[in-house]
Amino acid sequence: MDFPTPSSPHLPVPSRVARMMQLLMLALLPGILCAWWVLGWGVLINLLLAGVTAVAAEALVLRLRGRPVLPTLTDFTAPVTGLLLALALPPLAPWWIAVLGTLFAIVLAKHLYGGLGYNPFNPAMIGYVVLLISFPREMTLWVPPASLGGTTLDLVDSLRLVFTGALPPNLGIDALTAATPLDSMKTRLGLSETLSEITSSPLFGNYGGTGWEWINFWFLVGGLVLLYFKVIRWQIPVAMLGTLFLVSGLFHLGDSDQYASPLFHLFSGASMLGAFFIATDPVSAATTTRGRLYFGAGIGLLVYIIRTWGGYPDGVAFAVLLMNMAAPTIDYYTRPRSFGHKG
Amino acid sequence: MAESELKTIARDGLWTNNVGLVQLLGLCPLLAITSSLVNAIGLGLATTFTLVVSSVTISLIRKLVRPEVRIPVFVVVIASTVTVVQLVMNAYFHELYKILGIFIALIVTNCAIIGRAEAFASKQPVLPAFIDALTMGVGFTLVLMALGGMREIIGQGTLFANAHLMFGEAARDLGVTILADYRGFLIAILPPGAFIGLGLLIALKNIIDGRLQARPRKIEEPEAAPASQPV
Repeated sequence: MDFPTPSSPHLPVPSRVARMMQLLMLALLPGILCAWWVLGWGVLINLLLAGVTAVAAEALVLRLRGRPVLPTLTDFTAPVTGLLLALALPPLAPWWIAVLGTLFAIVLAKHLYGGLGYNPFNPAMIGYVVLLISFPREMTLWVPPASLGGTTLDLVDSLRLVFTGALPPNLGIDALTAATPLDSMKTRLGLSETLSEITSSPLFGNYGGTGWEWINFWFLVGGLVLLYFKVIRWQIPVAMLGTLFLVSGLFHLGDSDQYASPLFHLFSGASMLGAFFIATDPVSAATTTRGRLYFGAGIGLLVYIIRTWGGYPDGVAFAVLLMNMAAPTIDYYTRPRSFGHKG
Repeated sequence: MAESELKTIARDGLWTNNVGLVQLLGLCPLLAITSSLVNAIGLGLATTFTLVVSSVTISLIRKLVRPEVRIPVFVVVIASTVTVVQLVMNAYFHELYKILGIFIALIVTNCAIIGRAEAFASKQPVLPAFIDALTMGVGFTLVLMALGGMREIIGQGTLFANAHLMFGEAARDLGVTILADYRGFLIAILPPGAFIGLGLLIALKNIIDGRLQARPRKIEEPEAAPASQPV
């Protein structure tokens, strides 16, 4: 009887990356559905455009680099990058916004640095920031939540607008777009209105922006699912949201007419999406346990600083990229002590 | 001086040892000024002129200068040349001078120039020093132009815009709009575009070098072989 002895590992496990990415996409689902409900068909069109472009670009670059295409393609990291970028884009942006941003994310921010595992910056956020500073006009045309009673487009009209730029008859682009809650908060605080005046507008809901608080809530739920399945660790999201809550709370207590409430900050813009899905990118984030706490706290602090005193209404992308830059240093100074050694 | 040696010097300056792509010297003006082709040409020519004049001068006085004080002497020569360039540009290309601004004066601190003075001109006769300075300068200018042209096309959809600043009123129509009704890909004009563009140019040079090496050499092999043989 022949008993062949295979070499280790003796307990083969399927690729953890692929499983992680599949779970991540599933966990994004409630947030995506909510965003579609609130912001309309544009969300799904963006997701489709970015997802398809991401897969195509990844396959193309892998071929160019002479790497095996199929094994890398089926780890689902490329579509996840595309989906995360698409969720950051304004719905009803022209089609080339999503395509160009995804190309930048996959080709430049991921593969030019050496592909999965080597990119120092979060690819999706690089794609977003490139778009934001290159096309400020297209990137700030957000649609208002459907529940505010504004005009909403059906699927056909949305597709026509995204691909040809043609608006439905007797509708201006102004009728379709509105400032986001964070944007409106920033502009009107700049006009020295008080917080209570601003939040009495229908754009603002119970604690965040109307509609936006629900999107953020469902991303929070998705994030908790990720935590439950141990796809991500708790340190980064907790440190980020905790710092954001703490700092905004301190300022809000100090002057509640000038500084928005902590709950508004937690449930506006990309807070929850950023905390659970973007900042936790295992490649570009800090990797030590203590380092993750610093990393998350840094993002939370930077998000508050950029939102409150910076030039842009939301700062999650910039905060994540800046902390990506700091991650190697954080890792260096937070290396765990090896057993038996001092300090 | 054998002609082949001068050829080697020229090839070094233009390609093998290019200031912008291989030595990576003078990156500050290279990255800051290349937002359009005309700016790039203006700064490239000013740098080339400074490089040639200072290299020839330093080569002429190389035997009079004691090694202990050579660096201050180089700096004085370069600074004088740059002052001349600055005054000439202020007088004849005033608009361009205003656009290039501080970067004309900063040619003094361009490490490519003092680098050539120290590494080459101070040890060589006038002719090789002249050829070296000229080809290094032209090589730098070509990189500036490639980067400037690339960034201008991608960033604004035009090429050679504002050519009259450099070549007089007659050249005003030289500017062409390559992509009509173009929104402008702003990042190409902004500083990140300069870094990304330069990185891509260096990658392109490496690809070309790799192809050249892979190609079987027919003519150059016999020439190069004796020199590389161990003695």
